[in-house]
Amino acid sequence: MSQTLLDRLWTLHRIAPAGGGQDLIHIDRILLHDLSGARALTEVAEKGYAIPNPNLAFATPDHAVSSAPGRTAETFPKGAGGVHALRAGSAAHGIRLFDLGQDGQGIVHVMGPELGIVLPGLSVICGDSHTCTNGGLGALAFGVGSSELAHALATQTLRIAKPRAMRVRFEGRFPEGTTAKDAVLAAIGRLGTGAGAGFAVEWGGEAVRALPVEARLTLCNLTIEMGARMGFIAPDDTTFDWVAGRDHAPRGAAWDEAVAHWRTLRSDEDAVFDADHVIDAATIAPQVSWGTSPEHVIAVDAPIPDPDAAPDAQRRKAWQDALAYQGLEPGRPLAGTAVDWVFIGSCTNSRLSDLREAARVVRGRRVADGVTAWVVPGSVRVKRAAEAEGLDRVFTDAGFAWREPGCSLCVAANGEAVPPGARCVSTSNRNFVGRQGKGARTHLASPAMAAAAAVAGRIVDIRKGL
Amino acid sequence: MQPFTTVTGPAAPLLRPNIDTDVIIRVERLVGTAKAEMGAHAFEIWRRRPDGSEDPDFVLNRAPYRDAPILLAGSNFGCGSSREGAVWALAGAGVRAVIAPSFSDIFANNALQNGLLPVVLPEASVSAIAAEVERSPGNARVTVDLERCVVVSPSGDEHPFAVDAARREALLAGLDDIGLTLRQADAIAAWQTEDRSRRPWAWPT
Ligand code: SF4
Repeated sequence: MSQTLLDRLWTLHRIAPAGGGQDLIHIDRILLHDLSGARALTEVAEKGYAIPNPNLAFATPDHAVSSAPGRTAETFPKGAGGVHALRAGSAAHGIRLFDLGQDGQGIVHVMGPELGIVLPGLSVICGDSHTCTNGGLGALAFGVGSSELAHALATQTLRIAKPRAMRVRFEGRFPEGTTAKDAVLAAIGRLGTGAGAGFAVEWGGEAVRALPVEARLTLCNLTIEMGARMGFIAPDDTTFDWVAGRDHAPRGAAWDEAVAHWRTLRSDEDAVFDADHVIDAATIAPQVSWGTSPEHVIAVDAPIPDPDAAPDAQRRKAWQDALAYQGLEPGRPLAGTAVDWVFIGSCTNSRLSDLREAARVVRGRRVADGVTAWVVPGSVRVKRAAEAEGLDRVFTDAGFAWREPGCSLCVAANGEAVPPGARCVSTSNRNFVGRQGKGARTHLASPAMAAAAAVAGRIVDIRKGL
Repeated sequence: MQPFTTVTGPAAPLLRPNIDTDVIIRVERLVGTAKAEMGAHAFEIWRRRPDGSEDPDFVLNRAPYRDAPILLAGSNFGCGSSREGAVWALAGAGVRAVIAPSFSDIFANNALQNGLLPVVLPEASVSAIAAEVERSPGNARVTVDLERCVVVSPSGDEHPFAVDAARREALLAGLDDIGLTLRQADAIAAWQTEDRSRRPWAWPT
């Protein structure tokens, strides 16, 4: 019988049925960060359970840490407890920790693939909803709550119901100026933030197959914003070339065996999906979010929607509230809207390729007066690589702040926040009310679009130049 | 985990629908608050007035509801953010069971991991029990009996409820999911041994 990639990944990890429609599945990698990871380690200790496979778990602090140059765990005092608990728990159980200031530290979804901790075909969990990012390598990766995390630490398994299979294909080619970020935002805008609930999403199609790995990670990162816990892309030669030689990737004969296995990880031609969507890649322009949900997104040159034209009363109300919060009027395009802050970072868009795209726009230009602009590299590796290319100078010469790796302004949980009422173009993934700080107004966009907004002092359409 | 067999005591009526996890525990309390201390912050948005003093009108600030082990709530209890802190806050405040017409899935699962029983009863039953409790006022006792799967109202009316058989057994034995899964430790170990030869590359050396 024909199988989907989800079927194959699921079967590979299924140990036994667990009752109540659930399966007991094996978890190959557990990633721990300073909030949920620290909690789960504490919980396992409190309940008196052992951790039988500490070599399958990896830890790094990222969420509640400052990104200020020279930062320590104490720079953001409220976050220090989590970092200390992560250190203590990792040390007690022999779990490898990539600590602040050390090679390898970074946003958990950036450092995992980068170090080869995450590989195609592995089942990967973390106490963080954006764990789906790792699906860009063809991993079965998803976020879990801290009890599930503790369960996995203590048993190396999870009890979980197999999701239904959805496929979203981008056929054709993306136009110049359209990135993976724009593609996934457009998909969420068209299908809605609830479309993926209960599904695992396989992203595919000609345009996706043409994407480099880092862009695939960006695409999969936003799967959760469509309501699906996991999203993945079938691994191919592009993937294998990217994974080869990474610190924790297999080598020699084991590598050859792995690649042979990874080549089987794909949906059959005649596989049947529970839901199947096709999007014409050529129709996707650079996207910017206008409201307070990732589905509140439009092409940068499209008019801001009018709540009176909303499809139902519930959405009319949501749109009205979003426009009021964002301080926007319907009918006009977002292009031209003045901005106060720009944030280039987060597990969505903080990899070397993202920084290169942003730097290409910034080079030789200045951040507009009155705009505060930050670049927060996703990991120590990304930061060093960018510095080796001189990207840090491109940014700092232009007036950007160049900071230490962490979640920073993606989530106001680390002492860093966009001030109330300020408008921020952000390369992150959530534009929820208060996400970047109390009263902060977020506009999600690609790195190049964010960089352009910093330089112009307003939202601009990069296709038209600055 | 504390086994759940039978819990008897005052039941606090909080019959609004959609009581979300933000109301149960404020997000600020999730950072820097030990799990054991979260009970003190349960429902603080309703429990406290803006100046920090207790609001005497809130039901959980009134005797004998203050230490009620049972909550009677409206539909979709525990909706919103998936934070498990909401369950820790309730458990820390001494709540052992919440009786409501429906629950958010994530909340219900989190609750079961912490020995807190989400009991689904029809809206009419919840209202009828609440009315009996309020007539007493509050002194009447409600029983949640997991062995027989019934809620017993103060007047002795029995309201049967359904619960997954494996779940029930685990709760009665005080096993959380970890304890339940570890019963299969041998099967997991055997699977791992096999997997090491099937996918040697998946196992870090
Ligand atoms: S960068 Fe943002 S979305 Fe990504 S893990 Fe950190 S807080 Fe979560």
